[in-house]
Amino acid sequence: MISLEGLTKRYGEKVAVNDLTFEVRPGIVTGFLGPNGAGKSTTMRMILGLDHPTSGDVRVEGRHYAQLRDPLKSIGALLDATANHGGRSAYHHLLCLAQSNGLPERRVHEVLDIVGLTTVAKKKAKGFSMGMGQRLGIAAALLGDPRILMFDEPVNGLDPEGIHWIRTLMQRLAAEGRTVFVSSHLMSEMALTAEHLIVIGQGRLLADMSMADFIRQNSRSYVRVRTPDRERFLDVLRSAGITAMETGDVLELDGVAAEQVGELAARHALVLHELSPQQASLEEAFMRLTAESVEYHAHSGPAADEQASWGAGWKKG
Amino acid sequence: MAVAQVVRSEWTKIRSVASTVWTLSVALVVTVALGVLISWLTRREFGNMPARDRLTFDPTFISFAGMSLGQLAMIVFGVLVVSNEYSTGMIRTSLAAVPQRGVFYGSKLAVATAPAFVVALVTAFAAFFLGQAVLGPHRTSLGEDGVLRAVVGGALYMTLIAVFSMGVAAMLRSPMLSLGVLMPLFFLLSPILGTVEATKKVGQYLPDQAGARVMQVVTIGDDVPYGPWGGLGIMALWCLVVVAGGYLLLRRRDA
Repeated sequence: MISLEGLTKRYGEKVAVNDLTFEVRPGIVTGFLGPNGAGKSTTMRMILGLDHPTSGDVRVEGRHYAQLRDPLKSIGALLDATANHGGRSAYHHLLCLAQSNGLPERRVHEVLDIVGLTTVAKKKAKGFSMGMGQRLGIAAALLGDPRILMFDEPVNGLDPEGIHWIRTLMQRLAAEGRTVFVSSHLMSEMALTAEHLIVIGQGRLLADMSMADFIRQNSRSYVRVRTPDRERFLDVLRSAGITAMETGDVLELDGVAAEQVGELAARHALVLHELSPQQASLEEAFMRLTAESVEYHAHSGPAADEQASWGAGWKKG
Repeated sequence: MAVAQVVRSEWTKIRSVASTVWTLSVALVVTVALGVLISWLTRREFGNMPARDRLTFDPTFISFAGMSLGQLAMIVFGVLVVSNEYSTGMIRTSLAAVPQRGVFYGSKLAVATAPAFVVALVTAFAAFFLGQAVLGPHRTSLGEDGVLRAVVGGALYMTLIAVFSMGVAAMLRSPMLSLGVLMPLFFLLSPILGTVEATKKVGQYLPDQAGARVMQVVTIGDDVPYGPWGGLGIMALWCLVVVAGGYLLLRRRDA
């Protein structure tokens, strides 16, 4: 369990993380989603006690990070695949981390085996590919067999096989009852791995809900219609019991097939300029969500309560 | 957090990178070799030296003449041991494993100081004995007054040079910046201040000049206001200040 309460980080005038409050629960993969520069890495660094929060509080298993005895046994993190000394071998890199937390040397061999780096254990890390670097970082995270795992953009730079491997690994770790917190800037990636979603934009919390809810709310299918006889068409729709949403000169019809709309229009001799079935992708939903966070930021004030009901926000877009 | 665990971890770190071995061996080889060379040249030129110089000739100090260049490798050792953490990004991994920054910093410095002292001790004795062997008739021996103190002091001087560099690197983080400050300090500023008559009074309080006093046995005719241990104490004080500064910054800064 990781708990954040009003966590805020300012760099001079710039607010990198703005009043974040949420919890990361055990037993599931929680996706931490936001565009680049949204404050994901800063948040993760504060969780690990690397960066000091300007205000607010963050706790790991109910304690501040610096109070953890042998923290690698509680939480393992992959922040940056290149956060190792290039002149040191993978084995020694892991060994020095293991020793600092009183872990046996046997554990080094075990994690090297889990991530598949046993054959290159004695090689210097600077000769590693991006993918191997990620694997070494993940090995370090797994060292203490921790209850909580945190990965910052773990699929970056990995080949398809590596991506598949890491997805499976994260799901397996969560299935073992661990807390898995993983960041990404790609909705599509999260849709495949995460059960719960935390979305931030411009350092603010935009969504904290289950993946299933997010999909239900956002992957809506509808029919898009443009017509010069707008008023008459709306009357026809009303009498047929179909609700329409108006956005500009476009009508969006929910819960109805395109064929049905076309036949309805023909029966009433209405001219249509466009009739097309639409499916909003999760990626689009995510982009609208975060794009609005940028907008909200530019003219704050009345936007505040709109933001609270963010789920409805994209419908207007 | 058990300190012993962190000390073990830091020892693994320091012995698993190549730079430790090459910086320390260069320090040893350069200091000894240059000391021997200068001692040999001195013996050859001894007859041509002015009477005053012959009278105040310090065979111990001359055998440490290589220290002026050899300390460069000690500086590089001290800088790399600390700033490597930052230049590689390892610092975030390290502090996530050991969030008690004081324990981390103290262990790192202690673990790096130990091999530096061992190498410095070997260097000082080797430079002394080989230097004396080459000096021939002008040599001194360990049994003479103040000589053993000067040799052990030489080892302490070299060690403190490394410690000073570690503190500076902890404050500045970047290896290039740290070397960019330390090199001109020891190889330009200090010699210039020490040579120019008007600034000598200031220059003698710089860490290297104050510390080097401990290696001198014959001090006839100089008007330095502190003795050998006083000088080394001034140097140790400098080290304390930069090491403390490094700690305060490490504690306050985001990693």
